[in-house]
Amino acid sequence: MISLVALCVLALLVLALLGAVTALMPVGRVLVYGGSLVLCLVLLVAGLASLDTTVQRVTLPLGLPWIGAHLRLDALAAGFLVLIGLGGAGASLFALGYGRHEHAPQRVLPFYPAFLAGMVLVVLADDAFLFLFAWELMSLASWALVMTDHQAEGTARAGFVYLLMATFSGLTLLLAFGLLAGAQGGYDFASMRQAHPTGLLAALVFVLATIGAGSKAGLVPLHVWLPLAHPAAPSHVSALMSGVMTKVAVYGFIRIVFDLMGGPVWWQAVVVLALGGVTAVLGVLQALMEHDVKRLLACSTIENVGIIFIGLGLAMAFQVNGFIAGAALAMTAALFHAFNHTLFKSLLFFTAGSVLSATGTRDLERLGGLIHRMPPTAVVALVGCMAISALPPLNGFASEWLIFQAVLLRPDLPQWGLKFMLPVDGALLALAAALAAACFVRLFGIGFLGRPRSPAAAEAQEVDRFSIAAMAVFAALCLLAGLFPGAAIDAIAPIVDLLLAGRMPVQLADPWLTIAPIAASRSSYNGLLVATFIVVSTTIAAVGIHRLASRAVRRAPIWDCGFPDARPITQYSGASFAQPLRRIFGAVVFRAHETVDMPAPGETRPATIRKTIHDPVWDALYAPLVGLVTWAAEAMNVLQFLTIRRYLAFVFAALVVLLLALTLWQ
Amino acid sequence: MAVTEATLAEAMAALGSLLVQFLQMALVLALSPLLTGVVRKVKARLQRRQGASVIQPYRDLRRLMGKEVVLADNASWLFRVAPYFIFASTWVAATLVPTFATGLLFSWSGDLIVITALVGSARFVQALAGMDIGTSFGGLGASREVMIASLAEPAMMMIVFCVALIAGCTQLSTIAGFMLSEAVGLRVSLALALVALIIVAVAENSRIPVDNPATHLELTMVHEAMVLEYSGRHLAMIELASSVKLLLYVSLIGCIFVPVGLVHGSAPRAAYAIGIVAWLAKLAVGGTLLAVLETSVAKMRVFRVPNFLGAALMLGLLGVLLLFVSRGM
Repeated sequence: MISLVALCVLALLVLALLGAVTALMPVGRVLVYGGSLVLCLVLLVAGLASLDTTVQRVTLPLGLPWIGAHLRLDALAAGFLVLIGLGGAGASLFALGYGRHEHAPQRVLPFYPAFLAGMVLVVLADDAFLFLFAWELMSLASWALVMTDHQAEGTARAGFVYLLMATFSGLTLLLAFGLLAGAQGGYDFASMRQAHPTGLLAALVFVLATIGAGSKAGLVPLHVWLPLAHPAAPSHVSALMSGVMTKVAVYGFIRIVFDLMGGPVWWQAVVVLALGGVTAVLGVLQALMEHDVKRLLACSTIENVGIIFIGLGLAMAFQVNGFIAGAALAMTAALFHAFNHTLFKSLLFFTAGSVLSATGTRDLERLGGLIHRMPPTAVVALVGCMAISALPPLNGFASEWLIFQAVLLRPDLPQWGLKFMLPVDGALLALAAALAAACFVRLFGIGFLGRPRSPAAAEAQEVDRFSIAAMAVFAALCLLAGLFPGAAIDAIAPIVDLLLAGRMPVQLADPWLTIAPIAASRSSYNGLLVATFIVVSTTIAAVGIHRLASRAVRRAPIWDCGFPDARPITQYSGASFAQPLRRIFGAVVFRAHETVDMPAPGETRPATIRKTIHDPVWDALYAPLVGLVTWAAEAMNVLQFLTIRRYLAFVFAALVVLLLALTLWQ
Repeated sequence: MAVTEATLAEAMAALGSLLVQFLQMALVLALSPLLTGVVRKVKARLQRRQGASVIQPYRDLRRLMGKEVVLADNASWLFRVAPYFIFASTWVAATLVPTFATGLLFSWSGDLIVITALVGSARFVQALAGMDIGTSFGGLGASREVMIASLAEPAMMMIVFCVALIAGCTQLSTIAGFMLSEAVGLRVSLALALVALIIVAVAENSRIPVDNPATHLELTMVHEAMVLEYSGRHLAMIELASSVKLLLYVSLIGCIFVPVGLVHGSAPRAAYAIGIVAWLAKLAVGGTLLAVLETSVAKMRVFRVPNFLGAALMLGLLGVLLLFVSRGM
C-alpha cells in the first residue's frame, strides 16, 4: 500500500510539471484538477485501507546519501492521509468548475499538485530530513499559491508575513529534530523513538515543536499570518490551507510529542491546554469582528485549531497520570474534530468561493439576499454554518460533545495546574462554541438572508455544477458524520491505540448506534435518533396544521412595525450585528472603540461612526519585534557608505578576532 | 410456546414504555400553554388586574392556526420552515427532560448537553429567520439574541458541568436518581448552580428583567423583534415553542434541584399518578414564582444584561472550580 501512496506523490509531482507546461491551455485545468481528483481519491482509499493494518515501511535511495528517504505508513499517517485525500479530492472537484474564473492559471496549476504532494510527504516521512523537506515544499508551494493574485491589495504583505512565519516554523522544527537526533545524529525517526529525551532537553524539544507546528496550525500568538494568507489564495486553495494544511501541522505536533518524544510531562499539558483555550476564544472573537467572508472563515479556523489543541492537551494531561481511557477519549475527540473541521471548513470556503465568483466581492456588507439567487449554495452554506456552530445533529456537535465528556471525566489529577486548567478550558470551550454560533448566524444572516446590499449581490448567478457537486458532497458528509459518529470513533480507534496503547469502547456494537464514551448511564448521545425526532415532529407539525387548520398564504409588503423602508441600507449590517458583542468582549480584548461624530442641527455634513480595533497579540508581540528589526537595520545602515580603506580595516579586524578566538579555544 | 409468551410479554413491555414515552411527549405539549396562562394570570392578579383566563393561550393558538399567513414579498423558504423547526427542536429537547418519570424509553438518546444544544439550534434558526426579511427590527432582535445567547449558553454549560461533576454523569435520569439519593448532601456549588440556572432560565425565556414578552414597538424588545414579521400558523408555532421552552426550564429546575416525586420508568403504572401530580405541583409553584419575580423587578437596559448573565457565568464557573479543587464542596 505504501508504494501505491509513494507513486501517488510521484504522480502529483509529475502533474505539477505538466501543469507548468499546459497552464495556458484550457486542457491544463482539466488535466491538473482532474488528475489531482483521481489521485486524491486513491490516497483516500489507501488511507482508509491502511488504518487498521500493520506498519509499512520503505526506504528509497533519495535524499541525503547516508540516510536515504524513509517512508512509513502507520495508523496515524493513514488517518491524516484520509484527511488530505478527502480535502484534496473535494478541492479538486470544486476547482474543476471554479478554476474557470482564474485569470492567471499559470500561477496556480503548477503549485497546486505540488502543495498536495508536500502534505502527503509530510505524513509519510520517517526521517527528519524528508520531513523537513516535505514541510518546506508544503510551505513554499502554498506561499506561491497565496501570491497568485499578487497585484491585489494586501497580498504582498500577506505573502511576506506568511513566508517569514513559515521560515520560522521550519527553523524551530529543524532545531527540534536536531535535539531529538542527539549527538550521534540518528536522523531517522526509528532511532529517535529509541532515545527518549529527558529533563531540559525534552522541555526544549517540546517548546520548539510547539512553536514550529503551532505556528503552522495557527496557535495564538503565532497565528497572525493565518487570517492574512489563507484568504489571499484562490478559494479552493484556501479550503486546502484551512481545512487540510492546519491538520498536517497538528499531525506534526502529535508525531513529535506523542510518538517521537515518548510521552509528555504534566506542565506540557498545562501549556497546551492554555494555548488551546486562548486560541479558541481569541480566534472566534476575531472572526466576529471581520467583515471579509474569507478572513472570517480563516479566523474561525484559528478557533477550531484551538479546540483541537484543547483535546490534545486533555489527552496529554490524562496520559501523564496513567488514565489511558480518558486520554483515549480526549485524543479521539481531538482527531474527530480535526476530521470534522476539514469537512465543514472546506465546505464553507467553497461557498465563499462560489459567492465570490457570483458577486465579485467577499465583503459581507455588500452581500445579502443570496438565498433567492443561489438556492443550492445557500442550502449547503446553511449546513456548513450549523455544523461549525456545533448544533445537533451535525458533526461539529458530536466532536465537541466528546471533548466536553472528556473534561467532565474529572479524574483525581495530582497536579494543581491541571486541576485548574481543566474547568477553565471547559468554560473557554463553551464560550467559544456559543460565540461561534453568533459568528455564523451573522455570516449566513448577513450574507445570504435579507435584501441585497449591492447591485452585484442582486444580480448574482448560481455557480457551475462541479462546484455545487463538491459542496453537496461535503454537506452530506457533515450530516453523515453527525448521524453516525460511532463509525468515525471506531475508525479513529487504531490511531489512538497506536499513540496511547488504549482506545475507546467499540461504539458500533450498539444496536441503536448510540455513542457512549464510558457507559450509557453516564452519558450517551444518539445523533440519528435526535435527527429522526426532529424531522418527524417537524413533519407532523407542518402536515397536521396544513391539513387541519389553515394552509392559506398571502404575499404582502414587508410590515416592519408599520414603517417599512424600501432602502436595503436600513437593514442591519455585519458591523451593526456584531456591535453588542464588540461592546462586551471587544472593548476588553481588542480595545474596540467607537467614535460618533454627529453634526449639529443645521449642518449638512453626514454623521459618521468610526470603529477602531487593535489586535492585542500584534501590538504586544509583533509590533515591538518589527520596531527592533527596523531599528537594527537603520543602525547598520551606516555601514553601507564607508570608504574602501575602512572596509579593509574591518576585514583585517575580523580576521584578527577570529584567529584570537581560535587560539583561545584551543 | 413459553418462548413466544416471553417474547409477547417483552413486546408488551416495550409497547408499554413506548406509550409512557408518548404520554410524556403529549403532556409536555398539552400543558405548556396552560403554564404560560397561569404565569400571565398570576401576574395580572399581582398587578390587581382581572387578567385573561388561564386557557387564553389555547384560544390564541387556535385562532392563530386558523388564520392565513401573511408573508412578506421577499420571504424565503427558510422563513417558512423555521417555525416548524424551532417548535420541533424545542419539543424534542423538552421530551428529553424527565418530567414525571426518569429512565423513559428514549431518555438515553441525549443528555443534558444535547438538551442545551437543541435549544441552541432552535435559537440559531430563530435568529436567522429574524434576519430573512431584511428589516431593521429583525436584525436588531437577532443581534441582541445572539449577544444574550453568547453569555447564557456558556453559563448553562457551566451549570451542566457543576451538576454533572457532582452526579458523575450528564444523563438527566441518572442525575435525578442521584439527587434523590442520600449521597448529595448540602453543597455550595449546587447552590451556585441553582442561582445561575434561574438567571439563565429567565434570560432564555425572554422574561423580565432581560426581555419583556408582553412588549411590542419598543426599542428594548429582543424576542418579539425577531418574530415581528410572523403571522398566522407560523406565529402559533413560535408561540407554542416559547411555551414549551418555559415548561422545559421549569421542569429542568424541578428535575435537578427538586426531584421529589419523580418515579422510575420501570415503576408500576399506578405510581405515575404520583409523579404527574408532583410535576404539576412543581409547574404551578415555578410559574407562580416566575410571575412574582417578573412583577417585583424592572426591566434592564440592554447593556446591563451582559452583567446580569456574566454573573451567572461566573457563579457557574466558581461552582465548577470548587468541584475540581475539592470533592466535598
